[in-house]
Amino acid sequence: MIGTRPILEVKDLVVEYASADGPVRAVDRVSFEVGPGEFLGIVGESGCGKSTLLFAIARLLSPPAEIVSGEVRFEGSDMVSLDEEELRSVRWRRYSVVMQSAMNALNPVLTIGAQLKDAILAHESMPSRKLRMRSEEVLRLVGIDPIHLNSYPHQLSGGMRQRSMIAMALVFEPELVIMDEPTSALDVVAQRSLMLQIKELQKKIGFAAIFVTHDMSLVSHFSDRLAVMYAGQVMEIGSTRKVFADPKHPYSVGLMASFPSIRGPLQPLTGIPGSPPDLAHPPGGCRFHPRCPRVMTECRTIEPPFYGRDGVQIRCLLYADGA
Amino acid sequence: MGATACRSAASCMPMALEHPALPVEEPAPTPAGVEPIVKTVDLTRHFRVGGPFSGRQLHAADEVNLSIGANEIVALVGESGSGKSTVARLLARVYRPTAGEILYHGRSLRSMRTHRERLAYAGRVPMVFQDPYGSLSPVYRVSHGVMRALKLHRRELSGQQRIQEAERILKSVGLTPPREFLKKYPYELSGGQRQRIGFAQALASRPELILADEPVSMLDVSVRIGVLNLMADLRRKEGISFLYITHDIASARYVADRLVVMYAGKIAEQGPVEDVLGNPKHPYTQLLLSAVPDPRVPVSLPASSEVAEPPRVIDPGEGCRFRWRCPYAIERCSVETPQLRPLRPAHEAACHVAK
Repeated sequence: MIGTRPILEVKDLVVEYASADGPVRAVDRVSFEVGPGEFLGIVGESGCGKSTLLFAIARLLSPPAEIVSGEVRFEGSDMVSLDEEELRSVRWRRYSVVMQSAMNALNPVLTIGAQLKDAILAHESMPSRKLRMRSEEVLRLVGIDPIHLNSYPHQLSGGMRQRSMIAMALVFEPELVIMDEPTSALDVVAQRSLMLQIKELQKKIGFAAIFVTHDMSLVSHFSDRLAVMYAGQVMEIGSTRKVFADPKHPYSVGLMASFPSIRGPLQPLTGIPGSPPDLAHPPGGCRFHPRCPRVMTECRTIEPPFYGRDGVQIRCLLYADGA
Repeated sequence: MGATACRSAASCMPMALEHPALPVEEPAPTPAGVEPIVKTVDLTRHFRVGGPFSGRQLHAADEVNLSIGANEIVALVGESGSGKSTVARLLARVYRPTAGEILYHGRSLRSMRTHRERLAYAGRVPMVFQDPYGSLSPVYRVSHGVMRALKLHRRELSGQQRIQEAERILKSVGLTPPREFLKKYPYELSGGQRQRIGFAQALASRPELILADEPVSMLDVSVRIGVLNLMADLRRKEGISFLYITHDIASARYVADRLVVMYAGKIAEQGPVEDVLGNPKHPYTQLLLSAVPDPRVPVSLPASSEVAEPPRVIDPGEGCRFRWRCPYAIERCSVETPQLRPLRPAHEAACHVAK
């Protein structure tokens, strides 16, 4: 961790969706911290609750989703209890969010400049000259020619749209940028170039980042720490290098074995048999036990707490004995 | 989500997982002299853009020469907008070519005039779609699509035989017990299972070649490999060829024998998978390979980020379409369109500079 005091602390966060068959728990007692300037990657399959978690942290959840219990402390103040008015002073100025699909997040009938202006004026009154200068500045920051302030989203490429979303998130130089799969709509080359750019900006401006993705290999080179989520829970969390070099939770091991490589000898892969559970009826005990290749009898009944192994926290009974 | 049927691992363990297929064991290139199943000759498709009077043409596919032999998996890779799906749709006769030919066992598709011939072609060269959530009708049971294909393409089968055949097909795509899966509705299935249904529908017409357009890109990471293994299995056991369209080179390497790289509507490079990956000749292929994230190799961050610009495919004119992004571009690249030329055995690239 880079700083001493974490800027974001999430403690036992629980988010539920109300449904006709009772509450569906999409985020189940998730805890982690993010230090200043740190890059936390969160990986997981679709439906594992990773986007819900981000929305909960950013206080963007809307019914039927609801934070049931737990804490989200952003620079010491509890975000869960803030009302809309108080949120307004924090949101976008101190932390911002980059959404998954820029195509849906940008308004197709407004120019990029008009949308930047909207975002700025919603949080601060600014004379139009200064506003223009600030807009040009952030666009340059993400490598887009300021001439595109007058462009409409459809005139930009996918990568440029996604970068203009990032520019928008950076207008107030927030301490934390929350990103929900910002590269998933891009092809590999654009994806790589965007990731490099995010990393460069992070170095330059010093914001902390939470980056959610389903593509484990994408964050492998970019995040400081990595959390692996499955069925609403964090299964393994630790330094990215350690988790990649030696994944401990059988689910992380399985995920790692799901990516073919373009280098080295060609190996037959198996992926993970079965499919993720229905969160309305999660399996008892460890949630991964129905798909786990190393399942034991206890796994069906006991829900594992976190166990630590060389700085990595793992929610798995295999690591119950010894340190 | 919505995988209510899959509470226990055993009930939905795909068959392919029990026998991880080794895709390398049977590289089966078409021997010289044997007619490929499908061959395209200067296949071209343009779309008009910018209103009826603009006269501007989007060159989605330009002079694509591609062949897919028996028992062969060919991967067509490229970024979005490179024309790879257009090629698949041309082969599936969703689009008509602007110019050029598609030869099916040496015979031009243009010469197929009767409904019966076209139906037969559709059955022999079916397509599997990208989105398993959108390509299955939610109001019909799984049996509907499979039985419909059987009724349409396998008229010799009696009703009883059709049911047996449907069960056999479901088993071959790893959905067991087949009898129960036939009765399910799509909402009861997970993404991976739905995509297997997509393959089952294609299999019902006894295909020679399945056009698989990004069949795994919408699936969860942990179940993708299962579907790739299924393709390798179907090739090995039933001898079916595949055109596997993807933007993911690593998965292409995993299943395919031959790799075809498209850029801006043209084939940039093609050859045996390992040869192309080991000796990429076209600068675009090199760029593509360097961009693939791989956790197994140590971190290597280039000093400056390369800005990725989309290819210009509207009225591209003469010249190499990659020249705007190419670090090796020479004057000739902007005046003369490079043609594919052989650089290694069975391996060719369209580049003036490559050696």
